[in-house]
Amino acid sequence: MSQTISLKKQISIRRVLIDAAFRTFLYFSIFTALGMIFWVVSRLWSDAGWLLSWDLITNYPSYNIDDAGFQSPLVGSLWVVGFATLMALPTGVLTALYLEHFAGKSNKLTRLIELNVQNLAGVPAVVFGLIGLAFIVRGFVKWGFTVGSAAVVIAMLILPVIIIVSREAIRSVPPSYKEGALALGATNWQAVWRLVLPSAIPGTATGSILAISRAIGESAPLLLLGALSFVTFNPTGLDSPFTIMPLTIFKYASDSREEYQILASAGSLILVAVLFTLNLTAILLRDFATRKRNV
Amino acid sequence: MGEVKVDTRSISLSPAPHLKRRLATQNFFSKIMLVATAISVLVTFGIVASLVPTAFTTLKNIGTSIIGLTWAPLFEPAQYGIAPLLTGTFFVVIIGMFVAVPIGLASAIFLSDYASFNLRRIVKPILEILAGIPTVVLGLFGLYVINPEFVEKYWPIGEPIAYTALGAGFMTGILIVPIIASVADDALSAVPRAMREAAYALGATRREVATKVVFNAGLSGVVAALILAFARAFGETTIALMVAGSFPKLTANLGDPMMTMSAFIGFAGIGDAEVGSVAYNTIFLIGAILFTVTLIFNILGNRFIAKYREAYE
Repeated sequence: MSQTISLKKQISIRRVLIDAAFRTFLYFSIFTALGMIFWVVSRLWSDAGWLLSWDLITNYPSYNIDDAGFQSPLVGSLWVVGFATLMALPTGVLTALYLEHFAGKSNKLTRLIELNVQNLAGVPAVVFGLIGLAFIVRGFVKWGFTVGSAAVVIAMLILPVIIIVSREAIRSVPPSYKEGALALGATNWQAVWRLVLPSAIPGTATGSILAISRAIGESAPLLLLGALSFVTFNPTGLDSPFTIMPLTIFKYASDSREEYQILASAGSLILVAVLFTLNLTAILLRDFATRKRNV
Repeated sequence: MGEVKVDTRSISLSPAPHLKRRLATQNFFSKIMLVATAISVLVTFGIVASLVPTAFTTLKNIGTSIIGLTWAPLFEPAQYGIAPLLTGTFFVVIIGMFVAVPIGLASAIFLSDYASFNLRRIVKPILEILAGIPTVVLGLFGLYVINPEFVEKYWPIGEPIAYTALGAGFMTGILIVPIIASVADDALSAVPRAMREAAYALGATRREVATKVVFNAGLSGVVAALILAFARAFGETTIALMVAGSFPKLTANLGDPMMTMSAFIGFAGIGDAEVGSVAYNTIFLIGAILFTVTLIFNILGNRFIAKYREAYE
């Protein structure tokens, strides 16, 4: 097998041109992707930016456009996602600790649990609404269309994500930390609880904030849990009826009158502002954490 | 390396101080961790248990009429032909993939082989922010901007009004761009530097290195990205419901409204079908289909990810 290797024409005009075209295509694609964000946000701003005011946040939803606002959905979202986080965060972190530091690594059961978590993270959000409907709203819990039901459903939705991100954070802690503690006579739990977990906090926090911000914007599962209604009062407890930001936007958006569409855009602006702030916090936190580790 | 704080009070040279108590603590927390771990398994069982029995009884009630061309379970007389939901889902997801695959893969190649370190540090977080835009906002954009200002004006077939599959597919595509970009970029960035350098040494141009060497080496990760993005698009509810509407129309005209399977679940959840009726229970049947299909795709996708991790990490 001999091939002639020519040393001339290594770089032909054709190759240079194709390369340039390809580069242009790549830049075009990345600018399209990034440009979408600016297009969406600037469109929302030009449509509804003028409507933003404190009244919009402090008023309650209403069919009367002049004094319609988003207080109860904002507070509702806060309640639902807050309680969901209270449930999912400790559960997720403890599961991650168990899988990384206590379970047998090549154990079949461990592998099965890992597979389960991975696939649970890919289940469409709306399916979580169905389990909520079958077992929590009705079924044996019978909690009805309440903040509590919604919080449980959202907790189930973010649990696998929190497990995955916490595991990654815990895995990236240098093993020498734990080994040092074990050598000094600490129990496995002491080493993990006092050394590994604290070092994994920035990573866990970053991932969890991203998961939580996703949960705030999530609308599909709660569509099935009665959140798509005008609730003109804030929740008073886990048994209260509720509405959330994304579904109030959805409700306004499905009205064909233009005033409501502007209201929906204004709500979107508020929601996007909240989520961008959360995401930015997470990203900065991660930046800070990686820089600290690299020093 | 960060500082390690050692609690000096706990250091003692006597053999295994308080060992019994410390082991008891460990035992106690081991049990708590086991319970926590069991919860995630329980959720999976819960999903299966909530979907499967109701799905089967519903299927039994509907019988062979599920093979039909009209889907109208909430009307009198009810019709359960699933064809319109299948075509609706198919078109919206396929349009989404058409939009997202080139943009997503190009972004991944850009990030892994073209962007400088600093540019990458800026672009990646912005892509993450795109991933963080709530679906309801993307749906709103599709409904208020893409449908009236683009599809209604320029779509040549028929007269598109308000709700279109094309708009829904486009916005679904925008939704999954960051998924494709980030999973594929992870895979391409994991390809060892030595492979790139070898190719450059042989006289390959940057494009040739990126598309012929790196892309092929990271192919399993790229495949994973496409599969996971497909699963995500398949399960997306809000965008489909807002932009493609809630009319299960059997059509191949992309300018028409269509209904996806997940949109039907959301739609029936809003509607006032009698709880527990056959019509209402169809959401569990559709949910079971949705769950099964996404499960298969997710398992496949994660397999491919495991493959490249084995090879390069």
